[in-house]
Amino acid sequence: MNDDLLFFTEVTLAGLGSGALLALTALAFVLIYKATRVINLAVSEILMLGGYLFFTFAASLSLPWWGALPLAILGGGAVGAIVERGLIRPMLGESAISVFMVTVGLGSVLVGLVEAFWGTDPKSLPNFIANTPVFFGEAYVSRKILVAFIAATVVIGIFLILFRFWRGGVALRATASDQAAAYSCGINVPGVFSIAWIIGCATAAGAGVLLGAIGGISPVMGVFGLSALVVVIVGGLDSLLGALVGGLALGVIQAWVSSFLGGEYVSPITFGILILTLVIRPYGLFGTHEIERL
Amino acid sequence: MIIGTAKESYRADEALLTTTPQRIWMAILMAGLVALPFFFNTYWIYLACLVMINVIAATGLNVLTGFTGLVSLGHAAFMAVGAYAVAWLEKNTGLPLPVNLLAGGLLAAAVGVLVGLPSLRIKGLYLAIATIAASFILHFIFIDWRSVTGGTAGLTLEPGRIFGFQLVEYRHLYWLIMPVTVLMVTGAANLFRNRIGRAFIAIRDRDISAEVLGIPILRYKLLSFGLASFYAGIAGGLWVLFFRVVTPESFPLVTSIFLLAAVIVGGMGTIIGGVIGALFMTMVPELLRYVVDFLSPVIPNASLILSPVRTIVFGALIVGFLVFEPQGLAEIIQRIRRFFRVWPFRT
Repeated sequence: MNDDLLFFTEVTLAGLGSGALLALTALAFVLIYKATRVINLAVSEILMLGGYLFFTFAASLSLPWWGALPLAILGGGAVGAIVERGLIRPMLGESAISVFMVTVGLGSVLVGLVEAFWGTDPKSLPNFIANTPVFFGEAYVSRKILVAFIAATVVIGIFLILFRFWRGGVALRATASDQAAAYSCGINVPGVFSIAWIIGCATAAGAGVLLGAIGGISPVMGVFGLSALVVVIVGGLDSLLGALVGGLALGVIQAWVSSFLGGEYVSPITFGILILTLVIRPYGLFGTHEIERL
Repeated sequence: MIIGTAKESYRADEALLTTTPQRIWMAILMAGLVALPFFFNTYWIYLACLVMINVIAATGLNVLTGFTGLVSLGHAAFMAVGAYAVAWLEKNTGLPLPVNLLAGGLLAAAVGVLVGLPSLRIKGLYLAIATIAASFILHFIFIDWRSVTGGTAGLTLEPGRIFGFQLVEYRHLYWLIMPVTVLMVTGAANLFRNRIGRAFIAIRDRDISAEVLGIPILRYKLLSFGLASFYAGIAGGLWVLFFRVVTPESFPLVTSIFLLAAVIVGGMGTIIGGVIGALFMTMVPELLRYVVDFLSPVIPNASLILSPVRTIVFGALIVGFLVFEPQGLAEIIQRIRRFFRVWPFRT
């Protein structure tokens, strides 16, 4: 293999790795949007909180990683449950923008809390994934990125199976397609809302741990969530498939752009794609096209 | 108890100030604004200028979000456009300052119309996200167009000069910023006494119905974007004259959220809401500083937690107002007024 092609392969593999993380985070957005029609911008901050919780359990309480990881994920889920019951439930029936702004405000509160408890300095998570690289043929991949990719793929796979076969997954899909009909079939719709928030926030917290393992944690790591937001808009806000395809595609595109054009072009191209999608297909590549009637 | 005022013509009905107490309060406010620099020290004048710059920007955003129903989370980027334009014109041309300020506003308006173009196809949350995207792209331009914007270092300015008078101290700038603010807010209030403002409100309430009624939606939506960005551009221009430096980090996404928060906290869709909201949201962090100073004997390293506490309070204010008082401070003021108006009866 010549060097250019090798470099290209390595960049692409790294892109797929970060793309899997994007897809996982995007899943959190999609899950919550599908059930409750709320774009939860606080997903970015819950992702950050997940990283910090893992840091606390693993570094300060020196738990092993297999003890700290579930605790961090549970912590994310607990925050999701509290937020849903305390803030989002009372906002039912308010305009989408108001609920969106509630999650923006919530994100600010979470950032402030993290800064107050852990300080503003970036920290690195204890090493629970070995640093030795992995080789595919000749192409080099960081082991952390590979682990993140595998973990994200497994989680997404589990979600797809759950949605198809688990009662709760079916209830969620029913709620997403028609709330009133779901109610009249005896589905506990508010319960579905809670479950969606809990699972969504837990997923985000897990993604935060993986992201923190690769790049370290800091109060500004929530910016990653904006990229995931681009993924869900491009893929379609209510489409799991869209999150998957969009996440991997955006990860690879970002990796290509930053390697071949330069890091400063990543954000304009990411957001350029977003605007272009919004103008051409506002409901995303795989999303449901809603028709507005008077 | 004040009883209802009889209005005998449409003119009287549409007037901005309808009752004598309103006129008296307005006169007191104006007198206060004129007297302020003579009675307060530099720090308070600094704060007053900052509040008024935010009032202009928030009023513009209120026209767009509160009155036309188009949510923008990229308003800070329009401020940045105005700031860069004014800074560049001040540095590189000998044009008088008012012309530069106006040009900054107009350039921001042009950019705003461009960013508003997708509103032809998208609205609501999608539009909010599109404006976030636009603000990131503008941020990239500010960094990368080095020959004009000075890259990450940004642009620094000499003190501005108006009618041969140099604006060095905050005290001097106050006399530029205060009249402009009064003018801009009055302009916004008057906008809703004519056809354009009513078209905006119709679009907010139901855009499809508005189109059926014969309002050219696209034109008015773009007009609203243009007007809001013009306000932001003027605010940004005053901002750069005030701080005399602008960098790509001067107007982050948080500033956009701050402005939207000011509109929400103040009360969407009322002129007074934008004004009070900007005042409130600018003053709260300063008040928190006093609170933290006051508590510093009790709490160790109190100064260290000031910044996180400000972030928390900022978020909590947004959430709290949306959950408990969605109409904002303007509604609270209305309630207080109603209480006094019908006193001794209860509302």
